[in-house]
Amino acid sequence: MVQKLETLIESASQTAGPYVHIGLMPSYTGNGQIYDHELGHSPIEDGAKGEIIEITGEVFDGTGWALRDALIESWQPDAAGNFPGNEGADPAVSGWCRFAADADSGEFTLRTVKPGKVALRGGGFSAPHISLWIVARGINIGLQTRIYFEDEDNSGDPLLSRIEQAPRVQTLIAKKVADGKYRYNIRLQGEGETVFLDI
Amino acid sequence: MTDLYAGMRADKGPLIPRNREIHPDPYDPGYKTSVARSPNLPLLAMESGQSEETGPTFGHSKFGQYDNNLILNWNRGAAPAVGERIMMHGRVVDENNRAVPNTLVEIWQANAGGRYRHKKDGYLAPLDPNFGGCGRTLTDENGYYQFLTIRPGAYPWPNRGNDWRPMHIHVSVFGHSFGQRLITQMYFEGDPLINLCPIAATVKDRASLDRLVAPLDMAHSRPLDFLAYKFDIVLRGRRQTMFENRIEGM
Repeated sequence: MVQKLETLIESASQTAGPYVHIGLMPSYTGNGQIYDHELGHSPIEDGAKGEIIEITGEVFDGTGWALRDALIESWQPDAAGNFPGNEGADPAVSGWCRFAADADSGEFTLRTVKPGKVALRGGGFSAPHISLWIVARGINIGLQTRIYFEDEDNSGDPLLSRIEQAPRVQTLIAKKVADGKYRYNIRLQGEGETVFLDI
Repeated sequence: MTDLYAGMRADKGPLIPRNREIHPDPYDPGYKTSVARSPNLPLLAMESGQSEETGPTFGHSKFGQYDNNLILNWNRGAAPAVGERIMMHGRVVDENNRAVPNTLVEIWQANAGGRYRHKKDGYLAPLDPNFGGCGRTLTDENGYYQFLTIRPGAYPWPNRGNDWRPMHIHVSVFGHSFGQRLITQMYFEGDPLINLCPIAATVKDRASLDRLVAPLDMAHSRPLDFLAYKFDIVLRGRRQTMFENRIEGM
């Protein structure tokens, strides 16, 4: 026998299932009357400092079909790289958003402020990025990934430089399609599979 | 359990890496939809940083008086939902057994007949005009939360020839860090469908699945009103900080 550890074990994940919108985005499924304020509509309020951008994309399964039922949450700092709650953070940036693939087209849109680079614990910075968490029917544990930007300096980013196969880095980089507009697709499986994180 | 190390650390270090063994397999042919929706390639593991260690916070001002009462919230108290009245309650703690206060807990579920209020659910069981099927609350300073609801019905779903979901309530929890984000399901003690369910069976570690099964909790049931089921939730914890900052060159 040895001494007993006092640590607990994390609760196991289970799929969010096909009806996740009922719980997290009731207005999406026509149930908006239930709450006065639905949470996570936008990561910014009017007056957020920085460049306002729009990122659109789709979430594809292993057959190339765009999921119509994916739900995504995003988390990010303000334009100066300060997370909400940190000293000096932009009060107009809540940083968190909930959005869903369109039930007909499968396309999602995130309208936000472009984030700044983030200071690392050991010194240095991460390139500007938005963290994503993706859930849906058939996804047994929420998938973590990040959106980087092709028009930013990503060269010193510690996460991107950890990716062994250089072409896979591109799966995390949003492509600029117009001023303030970016395209970012997520591929759950197969050719061009997005780099998902255990972080 | 007392926290022997409280005060010795601030829990400001990186998140404790996830033990994927206790979580479901992402790819599980028994749950057909997972087959084309699970990554083939390994996840990229890294130590957490600010992006994962910070997270959204929620103020009480956004919440209404019926938000955690699914028996009444669809009609704002006008008429109660049909079904067996239950209280679902418990604590949200982290792996260091520290309470997670003021964190958002959201739930959603089928009605007493096993039908969801969702355009994609066409099950024979009727909708209950007095039941919406979702609720939310913040944990108190001790990490404690409670919901009043009705026991959801079991229902069939298209997977293999004759698969049924056990009675369950979906639970979404935040913690204080985006990296703690978790969605799970609460099952009910004694439900024989748990052992037949391919979604429950995605969790291969039996003890881990058992921790998702809420026991009947008579001590917290209210006589002549509702039964109680206890469901504690454990989120990822963070390491202590004493040795987190490496000395230059070491």
